[in-house]
Amino acid sequence: MKLNRLGSAAAVLSVAAIALTACGSDNPTATSSSDSSASSSESGVKGTLTGIGASSQTSAMEAWSAGFKAANPEANVQYSPDGSGAGRKAFLAGGAQFAGSDAYLKEDEKEAATKVCGPDGAFNIPAYVSPIAVAYNLEGVDELNMDADTIAKVFKKEITKWNDPVIAKQNPDATLPDKEITVVHRNDESGTTENFVEYLKAAAGDVWNYEVSGEWPSDIQSENAKGTSGVVSTTTSTDGAITYADFSAVGKLSTVNVKVGDEYTKISADAAAKALDTATPAKGASENDLALDLKRDTTEAGTYPIVLVSYHIFCSTYKDQATTDLVKAFGHYVVSAEGQKTASESAGNAPLSASIEEKAAKAIDAITVAK
Amino acid sequence: MTTNALTSKSSTSGRMGDKIFSGAALAAGILILVTLFAVAVFLLIQALPTFFADPAEVSGGQGFFTYIWPIVVGTVIAAAIALLIATPVGLGVALFISHFAPRKVAGPLGYVIDLLAAIPSVIYGAWGYMVLAPTLVPGFEWLSKNLGFIPLFEGPASQTGKTMLTAGIVLAVMVLPIITSLSREIFLQTPKLHEEAALALGATRWEMIKTAVIPFARPGIISAVMLGLGRALGETMAVALVLSTGNLIPSLIKTGNQTIAAEIALNFPEAFGLRLSELIAAGLVLFLITLLVNIIARGIISRHKEFSGAN
Repeated sequence: MKLNRLGSAAAVLSVAAIALTACGSDNPTATSSSDSSASSSESGVKGTLTGIGASSQTSAMEAWSAGFKAANPEANVQYSPDGSGAGRKAFLAGGAQFAGSDAYLKEDEKEAATKVCGPDGAFNIPAYVSPIAVAYNLEGVDELNMDADTIAKVFKKEITKWNDPVIAKQNPDATLPDKEITVVHRNDESGTTENFVEYLKAAAGDVWNYEVSGEWPSDIQSENAKGTSGVVSTTTSTDGAITYADFSAVGKLSTVNVKVGDEYTKISADAAAKALDTATPAKGASENDLALDLKRDTTEAGTYPIVLVSYHIFCSTYKDQATTDLVKAFGHYVVSAEGQKTASESAGNAPLSASIEEKAAKAIDAITVAK
Repeated sequence: MTTNALTSKSSTSGRMGDKIFSGAALAAGILILVTLFAVAVFLLIQALPTFFADPAEVSGGQGFFTYIWPIVVGTVIAAAIALLIATPVGLGVALFISHFAPRKVAGPLGYVIDLLAAIPSVIYGAWGYMVLAPTLVPGFEWLSKNLGFIPLFEGPASQTGKTMLTAGIVLAVMVLPIITSLSREIFLQTPKLHEEAALALGATRWEMIKTAVIPFARPGIISAVMLGLGRALGETMAVALVLSTGNLIPSLIKTGNQTIAAEIALNFPEAFGLRLSELIAAGLVLFLITLLVNIIARGIISRHKEFSGAN
C-alpha cells in the first residue's frame, strides 16, 4: 500500500540518478585542446585511423591516441591489440590502414603488400623500442649477474638450482639459496618470446639450438602463463621463479644484469636505445623501409641487447589525400621526440635515437597518394 | 442468430491466434536448427584443409590425430575433475535448500548461489592463478610426498600451483551454480503426496529423500550434470589463465596438460593458414564430443521417461 508506492518511487528515483551519472563526461588526459591547436600550424587533420596489431604497443598506443587527438581534435585513432600476426594479416587484406607488428614483413608478405599499397609496397617504421627484462623473484637477492650462456642454460632447464656454481661464480657477493629455479614462459604466441629467443640464439647459439619463433620450444616443459601480466604475476607469487617480460611491466621484480662484452649491463631505456645504434637494415629493404636486424651478440659497452622493436607498417601510397594526410600526421607524431616522450611516460619504452627519428621522418614523408 | 455470430467471431479469432502462435513456434524451432547446422557447416569447411594436409605440416609434425588426442584427454580430465567435485556438492546444496533449510534461509541462499554464475569466467581465471594456485602449493607438496606412488600425484609438485587439479577446482566452482539451481528446481517439484506418503510409512527424512525425491529427480539431475559438463568442457578463459600448459602427463600436480578451448584461445590471435584451420578442427572435435555426451544423456533420460518432470 503506502510502503509499496514509496518503495516504487524510491526505486525509480535511484535508477534515474544512477542512469544520469553516466551522462557525465570524463576527459582525463588531453586538457586544453584549444591551446595546443593554436600553437600548431594546421587546424589539424580529420578522420579515423584504424590500426591493428601487437599487444606490446597497447599502453604506448593509448598515450599516442590521446596526444594525437589533443593536437588534432577532429582526428581519431583506433588501435586493436589483436596480435602482430593478426595485425599484418588485416593490413594486407586492406582492413586496417596501418599495422603494429613486433616483426617486420616477411618476403611473401612484402609481395602481398604491393597489391594493396602500390608498387613500392609497405614501409616498416620502428615506433616502439622496449627492453625485455629477465625478471626474477628470489628472497634476499636483489642484484644478479648472468651472461648469455647462463641465461640460456637456465631457461633450457640445464641449470636447475639458484646456487649452481656457474651462477655463484658470476655473483661472488650474493648469498644464493639452495632453491629450485622455476622457469615461467609465455604460453600465447608473443613478440616478446620471439625477440627473447632471437637474442638467446644469437648470443648463446651453442646452448640454445631451437628455432626462433613466437612460441616457446615445446621440448622445454616449464611453468607458463598468458600474457605479460600473467607471467609477471606468476613470478611475483612464486619464490625462486624467473621469467622474461617487457621492462615496463615487471613491477616489483628484480632484473638480471646481462653480460655484454666484459661488463654486466643493467637494464635501462638508454641502454636499450643503444642496441638500435648497432642495428643493420634488413636484407632487401628499400631506402624508406626501416626494417632492422638487431646485432644481438654485440659487445659494445653500455648496450642492453635484449630489446623488442615494434614497427608501424604503413603503405607507401593511399587511395585519397585525406587518408594520406592523416597517416602522415600520425606517423610523424609517433616518431617525433614529443610523441616518444609521451609514450615512454606511460609505457616505459626507450625513446628512438635522433638518427632513427630522422630516417623515420624521411620515410614517412615519402608516403603519397596513389596515382 | 446472435449466438451464431458470437460463436463464429470467437472461433475465427481463436484460429488466427492459433495460427500465429504455431507459426512463431515453428519459425523459432527452424531458426535454431538452421543456426546449429550453419555452425557445423562452418566448422567443417574451415577444418577441411587440416584433414587433407600433409601430416608433416600439421603442428607436432605427425598428423592431426597425434596433435589432438592428448588435448582431448586433457579436456576430458579437467571436466571429470570438475564434475567429481561439483556434483556431490551441488546436489547437497540443492537438497539442503529444498528440504532442510528453514524458509527464510533457503531463498537468500539460492540467490547467492545464482550470483556465482554471474561472475565472468575471466575473473574466475584471475582468482584461480593469483589466489588459489599459490594457496594450494603446500597441499600439492604434501600429496607428492605422501601419495607420490600413485601416478596421479607424482611429484615434484609445481611451485606455482598452476596445474590440472587447480584448473579442475576452478571449473568445479564455475559449474556448481548450474547444477545447484537446476537440481533445486527439480527437487522442489517432487509431488508432495509421494513425500508425505513416505513419511507416513515411517521413513526418516533421509529415507524419504532417497525413495521419493531422488528417483523422481533422476532425469533432471542428469540434465543438470550434463549442462554443467557442457560448460566444463567448453570453458576457455578460466583454464587459459590458470593452467600452465605442456604435454600430456598423468600427474595432476605437475605442470602440463592442455584443454581444447584453452589451446584455441591462446593461439587464435596469431594463427593463420593451416594453423588456423587446425584450431578450428580442434573446435570441431570439441563440438562432436559435446554432441556425443548430450546424446548419451538424452538416452539415459528417455529410459527413465516415466519419472520425468512432465508427469
